[in-house]
Amino acid sequence: MAVNYKNPLFEVVRNPDRCIKCRVCERQCANEVHKYDADLDKMIANEQNCVDCQRCVCLCPTNALKIRPNENQFRPNGNWSMQLMDEVYKQAGSGGVLLSAMGNPQNYPVYWDKILLNASQVTNPPIDPLREPMETKTFLGKKSQKISYDKDGKAHYEKTPYLELDVPIMFSAMSFGSISKNAHESLARAATALGTYYNTGEGGLHRDFYQYGKNTIVQVASGRFGVFKGYLDAGAAVEIKMGQGAKPGIGGHLPGMKVNEEISRTRMIPMGADAISPAPHHDIYSIEDLRQLVNSLKEATGGEKPIIVKIAAVHNVAAIASGIARSGADIIAIDGFRGGTGAAPTRIRDNVGIPIELALASVDSRLRDEGIRNDVSIVAAGSMRSAADVVKAIALGADAVYIATSALMAMGCHLCRSCNTGKCNWGIATQRADLVKRLNPDIAAERLINLVTAWNHEIKEIMGGMGINSIEALRGNRLMLRGVGLNQKELDILGIMHAGE
Amino acid sequence: MTIDAKNLGYDELNKMIKDSADEKFELSNVLGQRYIGAGMSGKEIKITGTPGNALGAYLNGAKIIVHGNAQDAIGDTMNDGAIIVHGNCGDTTGYAMRSGEIYVQGNAGYRVGIHMKSYKELYPIIVIGGKVGDFLGEYQAGGIIVVLGIGEEKCPVGSFCGTGMHGGEMFIRSENAPTGLPKQVSCSEATAEEKEQIRRYVDRFVKHFGNNTEELLQSKFWKLVPNSANPYKQLYVSN
Ligand code: SF4
Ligand code: SF4
Repeated sequence: MAVNYKNPLFEVVRNPDRCIKCRVCERQCANEVHKYDADLDKMIANEQNCVDCQRCVCLCPTNALKIRPNENQFRPNGNWSMQLMDEVYKQAGSGGVLLSAMGNPQNYPVYWDKILLNASQVTNPPIDPLREPMETKTFLGKKSQKISYDKDGKAHYEKTPYLELDVPIMFSAMSFGSISKNAHESLARAATALGTYYNTGEGGLHRDFYQYGKNTIVQVASGRFGVFKGYLDAGAAVEIKMGQGAKPGIGGHLPGMKVNEEISRTRMIPMGADAISPAPHHDIYSIEDLRQLVNSLKEATGGEKPIIVKIAAVHNVAAIASGIARSGADIIAIDGFRGGTGAAPTRIRDNVGIPIELALASVDSRLRDEGIRNDVSIVAAGSMRSAADVVKAIALGADAVYIATSALMAMGCHLCRSCNTGKCNWGIATQRADLVKRLNPDIAAERLINLVTAWNHEIKEIMGGMGINSIEALRGNRLMLRGVGLNQKELDILGIMHAGE
Repeated sequence: MTIDAKNLGYDELNKMIKDSADEKFELSNVLGQRYIGAGMSGKEIKITGTPGNALGAYLNGAKIIVHGNAQDAIGDTMNDGAIIVHGNCGDTTGYAMRSGEIYVQGNAGYRVGIHMKSYKELYPIIVIGGKVGDFLGEYQAGGIIVVLGIGEEKCPVGSFCGTGMHGGEMFIRSENAPTGLPKQVSCSEATAEEKEQIRRYVDRFVKHFGNNTEELLQSKFWKLVPNSANPYKQLYVSN
C-alpha cells in the first residue's frame, strides 16, 4: 500500500453566495488550508490540513464558512473506529510515536457531571452574596497546629510560608515555549489583577515578567531549565514538578525548532537545541530524596516560600500524597488525567492516570485518616470546566484549584488539540511571530479576569445557596455533595451519598 | 569566620553562614550537614570533614573547598562558582549544572554531569581525577566533563556513558575507549588540538591537587560528542 491517503477529519463548507473572495481565511490559516485559485477565480481548500480551530470561521466577514466532520467514512466498525484506523495508517507511514496535544478527549466518565450540590431550604437559610459578606480568600500552605502561650498570655505558633489567594483559582503551569510570550504575559497580568497566581511551567521566567514575581509560581522540573537563584527568588512559591496529568511517567520535550532566541535565553539553553525534561528527576528515587530537593529549595530561598509538589493522579496517588505530605512540602498539586498538555504521546495521554475527582477524594481521606491533612494544602487540577466543578472540588477536599485549558479558551483557544504543531492560529501555542501577535495581551488579560471573576461570583452564589459563607467552611464538606448514577464503590471512594439518601 | 560544626544541624549551620557579613568561612568537624552554601554567591567556604548531600546546590558564584569526601548531588543546578573536593564524591555530581567548575581529586559516583547544560558564556566544567560510575553525562546538553582516570588501568567510566547526550563534550583519559556507547554519541581519539581545549582545566586540577599537566595531556584522551543536537527528531508523528 503505497498510497498514503489521509482521510480529512473535517470538511470545509464554503457558501458560494456569501464568499466575497476577500482571502481573509487564506491569511488566517497557518495550516494553509485555504487558497485563492486565480484561474478558477475562487477559493479552494486543502481539507487534509484542517484541524478545526475555527479561526477562519470566526474571522470570515460574511459568515461564509463552516467546518464540519467529514462525511466520507470508512466502513463503520464497532471495534475499529476511524480514528484508530487513521492512527495505524499514520504510524505505518512514518514509524513514529503518535503525538497529541491538550487533555484526554476519550469517552471516560466525568464524575463532576455525576455529582450534585446541595442547597438550604427552610432551616439554615441561604445567604445572599450580594448583601452579606462571602469569603473566597484562601491560604495555601501548612497550617500550624501547635499554639503555645507564654506567661503574658501571648500566643506563639510556628510561622510557615503560605500563599494568599483572593479567589480559590490559580492558573496552572504552562511553559513559555509551549505557549507564547503574549499568552504568558496575559496570564501574569490577569493573576496580578485577580490576586492569585500563575505558574511558569518548566520553561524558566522571561526577563520581562520578573515584575509579576509576587503573583508567580516558579517551577523546577527534571531538566531544571532556567532555574537559578534569581529565578527561585523571583517567585512567590516554588513548584517541584514530579508529574503531569496528561502524561504521567513521561517527561517533556520541546523540539529544537521551537527554541528561538527568546526561549533559549529564558530556558538558558542554546538556540535550536532540544529541551529534554526526562520522566524522572534522576536524583529522586524516594520520598527521602524528594525531601532533599524540597529542603535544598527551602535553604536556597531562605525558607520563606512555600514549596509545592505537583504529581499526576495515578493509581496509588493517596499513598504518594501521604509521602509528599511528610516530605516537608507545603502544598500538593494533583493533576488528573484530563489535564492538558502542549504535547504528549497519544497512547499515554489517552490511557494513563485516573480522574481527578477520585484522586482528590482519596488523597483528602487518606491525609485526614492519617491526621496529616493540615500539614499540606491540596490543589486540584486536570479539568475544572466551570465554577460548579470548582465548588465540587473544594467540597471533595481541595483548598484551591488550578485551571489551564479554560484559561486558554478565555484567550481564544478552540480546543483543536494541535498545539504540538506550533501553528496555533490563535497565537497561543506557537512561537511564530506572525501568529503570536494575533493575541493581544490587553484583551486576553481582560478576558481571563472576566472569566475568573464570573466564576468567583458563581462560587459565592452556590455557596450562599448552601448557607456557607467561606471557602474554609466548604472545604472537604462532602455532605454538600450527592452522587447520581454512581455505583456503591464509586460513592465510597468519593465519600459521598447517593442522591435521595 | 571559623565554625565548629560539631552537633550543629544543617539549618543552624547554613543560617550562621548566611547571616554573617564575613566573606571567608572555615568549617571544621562537618559531618553530613546538607545544602551547605545553597544558592550562595560571593563567599568562600573551606570545609573539613564530610559535608552532606546537595553541597553547593544552586551555587551562584561562591567557592567551596572540601578537605574530605563529599556526598551526593554536589553542585546541583549550579549557576556559577567553584567546588573543589580533596577526596571523592557521590552520585549526580553537578546535576543540571549550567556554569562554574567542579574539581574532584578522587572518584565520583553514578550520573556525573547529568543534564549539564550551557548557555552562551555560561559553560560548566567538571574534572574528576579518578574514575566515575555508570551513566556519565546522561542527557548532557552542554559543558565539558573531563575524567582523568589517574591510577586506573581500565577505562575509568562505567556503563551507559552518554545516554541521551545531546550537547557538550566529554574527555576521557584512557588507553581504551569506553564501550557500549549509545548510537547518538560519537567517540574519537582527541587530537592534540582538541586536548588544548581542556589544558586550562587540567592545569587548574593540577594546581589544586598536584600532578603534571604535560604528562596528563600527553596520554590518550577520548572525546565524546553527540552526533546531532536533536537526537529525538524522527521519533514522533503528529496525531
Ligand atoms: S485549520 Fe483552522 S483556520 Fe485553517 S481551515 Fe481549519 S478551521 Fe479554518
Ligand atoms: S492552544 Fe491553539 S493549538 Fe492548542 S488547542 Fe488551543 S487553539 Fe488549538
